[in-house]
Amino acid sequence: MAVFDSVKELLAACEAYVLPLWETVQSVSSQQADITKEESWDKMRYRLQVMHQACVNYDPLQHSASGLVGGDAQKVRSYYEEKRAIGGDFMGRMLSYAIMMGECNACMHRIVAAPTAGACGVIPAVLLAYADIYEASEEELIRALYVTAGFGMVIANRASISGAEAGCQAEIGSASAMAAAALVHLHGGDAVQMAHACAIALKNMMGLVCDPVAGLVEVPCVKRNAAGAMNALCAAELALAGVQSRIPCDEVIDAMRVVGDQMHADLRETGRGGIAGSPTAQAFAEKFFGN
Amino acid sequence: MDIFDLIGPVMVGPSSSHTAGAVRIGLVTRKLLGEDVKDAKIELHGSFAATAVGHGTDRALIAGLLGMQTDDERIPESFDHARDAGLSFCFSNCNLRDAHPNSVRLTVKGINGAQTCVVAASVGGGRISVRELSGMPLQFAAEYPTIIIQNDDQPGSVADVSRVLAEENINIGTFQVNRSVRGGDAIMVIECDAPIEPHIVEHIRTLSCIRKAVCINPD
Ligand code: SF4
Repeated sequence: MAVFDSVKELLAACEAYVLPLWETVQSVSSQQADITKEESWDKMRYRLQVMHQACVNYDPLQHSASGLVGGDAQKVRSYYEEKRAIGGDFMGRMLSYAIMMGECNACMHRIVAAPTAGACGVIPAVLLAYADIYEASEEELIRALYVTAGFGMVIANRASISGAEAGCQAEIGSASAMAAAALVHLHGGDAVQMAHACAIALKNMMGLVCDPVAGLVEVPCVKRNAAGAMNALCAAELALAGVQSRIPCDEVIDAMRVVGDQMHADLRETGRGGIAGSPTAQAFAEKFFGN
Repeated sequence: MDIFDLIGPVMVGPSSSHTAGAVRIGLVTRKLLGEDVKDAKIELHGSFAATAVGHGTDRALIAGLLGMQTDDERIPESFDHARDAGLSFCFSNCNLRDAHPNSVRLTVKGINGAQTCVVAASVGGGRISVRELSGMPLQFAAEYPTIIIQNDDQPGSVADVSRVLAEENINIGTFQVNRSVRGGDAIMVIECDAPIEPHIVEHIRTLSCIRKAVCINPD
């Protein structure tokens, strides 16, 4: 059995071990993978470094092979740097990082699939923006990654993290729910609040379809990373304020799976329905693959 | 699945199935061949055929054949690296029967004359499934240390191989045997718990009925 089939079990394990959630995830998963905690920590640190490095290496002039993606993260960066962002520096940075990672992915740079390549921007966006503004240490960010992994594992075990199986709610939605829990951790919330944040974020993304234009992980994927990060912030703020999800997290995850099962194949990564089915998208696909 | 499949893999984009999975298929094919690849005929099926260029599936497959890992930043320029390494290749589309949508058939020749033909699928999240080797059906994911043995279907061959593994203290996880016709070609696929040392494969090769044996240790 892979670590944590339910959030309930995850929270119970934290109590049983008398450990914070991140450390419970680290202990149990290292035990299962038969590696030491130090080895596990190093692997997680490497992932954080890759996320960070992708942003450092970001090239505003890069474009994807299709030409649909590139340059937008820089626009958002200039916008918040000029102090024009309505949501201020934190949100400006978060949105810029989210799009940056999405662009890096589309342009064939090195990223961390978290939980998938298409949704690779959500988690680094909230972590790196938080680190910039609240000066969180590398250690704290690595711990936050364990938090994302703990909740992500439950989602993967109970539902899905694949757009082809369950739509974008399972990719951007899952990433957003994982990131929400991480933000709660970083801002001093407890495990129960993390579970509420996870549930709230996932509920807000319920039913989101997977509709990549021409089947490419570009449109609407890149901008959806920004939406996923914003939704994570929303859910984390609510949970930290003491707002609770009326529906337990595990039941929300199960509902997400059912919705995924009910989703028409056109809305599950086939590039046929949703945005991919719009006339402009269809015309683009024809031109791109036409010959 | 472990937490590092979830926060990971570290990979070159844009798609875990169409890019990272394709790199892994190339890598496994290279290992099945057992030497550097000189020539590759690559036939794409289904979604692989439809969106190969946009996802870099073509460059990813070549990168894997060259021995690059999924996080190698040279993947986008793998065609240039192939040229430098003397690997010639061609792509076409095909229609494989009953195949997973993200499937590919690779017919490869090595620098020392080895040849093999692999059909494999990228099944999501960068995970793969090898479905056919030199025309013989089989199935493995290359997630565990795996030994693949091509042999003559003779009585005792399975027992001989098992004996070697027992002598070498290798614990067998799964053991598959497939054959074309009775007494004809056969394939054994053995998944093990611990990494397989080269001398174990050497030992297996000395058995009388064995034609070819390779091992794939996950990277
Ligand atoms: S639209 Fe589909 S491919 Fe794009 S991020 Fe969402 S799930 Fe992934």
